[in-house]
Amino acid sequence: MSEQEEGPEIENQLLPLDAWHRARGGRMVPFAGYEMPVQYEGIMAEHLWVRENAGLFDVSHMGQLYLSGEGLDAALEALIPADVKSLKLNAQKYSLLLADNGGILDDLMFTRWEDGLYMVVNGAVKYDDITHLLDHLPDDITINHMADQALLALQGPKAVDALSRLVPGVEALVFMTGGRFTWRHQSIWISRSGYTGEDGFEISIPAEDVTDFVDALCAEPEVKPIGLGARDSLRLEADLPLYGHDLDPETTPIMAALNFAVASKRRREEANFPGAARILMERESGAITRRVGLVIDGRQPVREGAAVVDRDGSEVGKITSGGFAPSLGAPIAMAYVPLAMAEIGTVIQIAQRGKVHIGTVTAMPFIPHRYVRGAK
Amino acid sequence: MSRYFTEDHEWIDVDGDVGTVGISEYAQGQLGDIVFVDVPEDGKELTKGDEAAVVESVKAASDVYSPASGTVVESNGELTETPGLVNEDPEGDGWFYKITLSDPSELESLMDETAYAAFVAKL
Repeated sequence: MSEQEEGPEIENQLLPLDAWHRARGGRMVPFAGYEMPVQYEGIMAEHLWVRENAGLFDVSHMGQLYLSGEGLDAALEALIPADVKSLKLNAQKYSLLLADNGGILDDLMFTRWEDGLYMVVNGAVKYDDITHLLDHLPDDITINHMADQALLALQGPKAVDALSRLVPGVEALVFMTGGRFTWRHQSIWISRSGYTGEDGFEISIPAEDVTDFVDALCAEPEVKPIGLGARDSLRLEADLPLYGHDLDPETTPIMAALNFAVASKRRREEANFPGAARILMERESGAITRRVGLVIDGRQPVREGAAVVDRDGSEVGKITSGGFAPSLGAPIAMAYVPLAMAEIGTVIQIAQRGKVHIGTVTAMPFIPHRYVRGAK
Repeated sequence: MSRYFTEDHEWIDVDGDVGTVGISEYAQGQLGDIVFVDVPEDGKELTKGDEAAVVESVKAASDVYSPASGTVVESNGELTETPGLVNEDPEGDGWFYKITLSDPSELESLMDETAYAAFVAKL
């Protein structure tokens, strides 16, 4: 027997909570240059726990950056397609770091703080992102890599019950807003956001305090620690693409079906973000390929890298994420397919290890989002 | 009846010239929740080391290699409907297939239960 998904052996860094994960029975695996817990009691049980209760994820491998300086909004708008200038204090936005040709270098979240912008980027590419920002932002802009901060995500319908007992006031936040709170005299940043499709929070806390904090959180009856395995299946069900898998420099926001990332009328009219001409043209007439969601016939999952094939068996697309959806009890996947095959209801063929599987293009998210939104 | 193990965590129970094949308790624990098992068809000829079956967990697919050469005489059809049997009882009801051994001397290179337990303890 052999696992088909194995990474190269490299020396990995340890998370601030490394010992805590091991003591809790977390099975540690290499991911994004760190040793990270892939599961505790089992992916299926952990996944379903998050959908019904509250799961605690350690996402301290992600890059937390603080950008400040004169002219920051305009400078950042030169690198991402979002409307930075209209972002209100404590409001958060999803956006994409774009290459000159409109390809996606990373996806990210950023938030307006009093004197600058707080940004969370993917762990696997955080040093590339920092280099890109340093190379492209004017010298007036300072980038602080907040490497001493841990980052947690508490996700699930009961996250608000558990967290508000520790940190009163968080219940007043709505999706994609945040605030500064105090826990045991320590200042922590909390936003109502996450990457599972559930209501929940992301918490930035000094690494030296994080062990006490997670002990306190996990003492709440709704909360269990959850591994990377369930994080992957949750985000897949929620139509949330994963950088390095569903997004990469070969894909544009329109190919990735992230049209909302270019939703600002002003930014489109100014057309001054990287790759604007290409992206705006694709937005009008459709990109050649598009990311779609698939429900797979039968019980056998199709995996990343499997080929989408036409009737002659020629490869016309690729699976970029695939697995078994615990909430649905069926295999699902994300794939890039030619635009003509991207219509909902289209039946497509996937070749994997000598077998042909049948998938149907399906509306995403597979599981409805349960974000707590504010009044418009 | 004797039970042998491979370094790839397959087991084979030998009764006369028929072997029953599955994956070990250790292997199912490593794989986690098993959601699909692809077992070989009756009559399939396998050489020791051939890819005989595929086990899919929520996260990953793994090949199962035949611990011995021979012809598949029966596969465990229950695994189609209930792949979780491999998690619940990997070394019993969660067996994969039965095979008539074409070369029983191949078993000599496998580990017995004691040797396998020592092997796993070092992993």
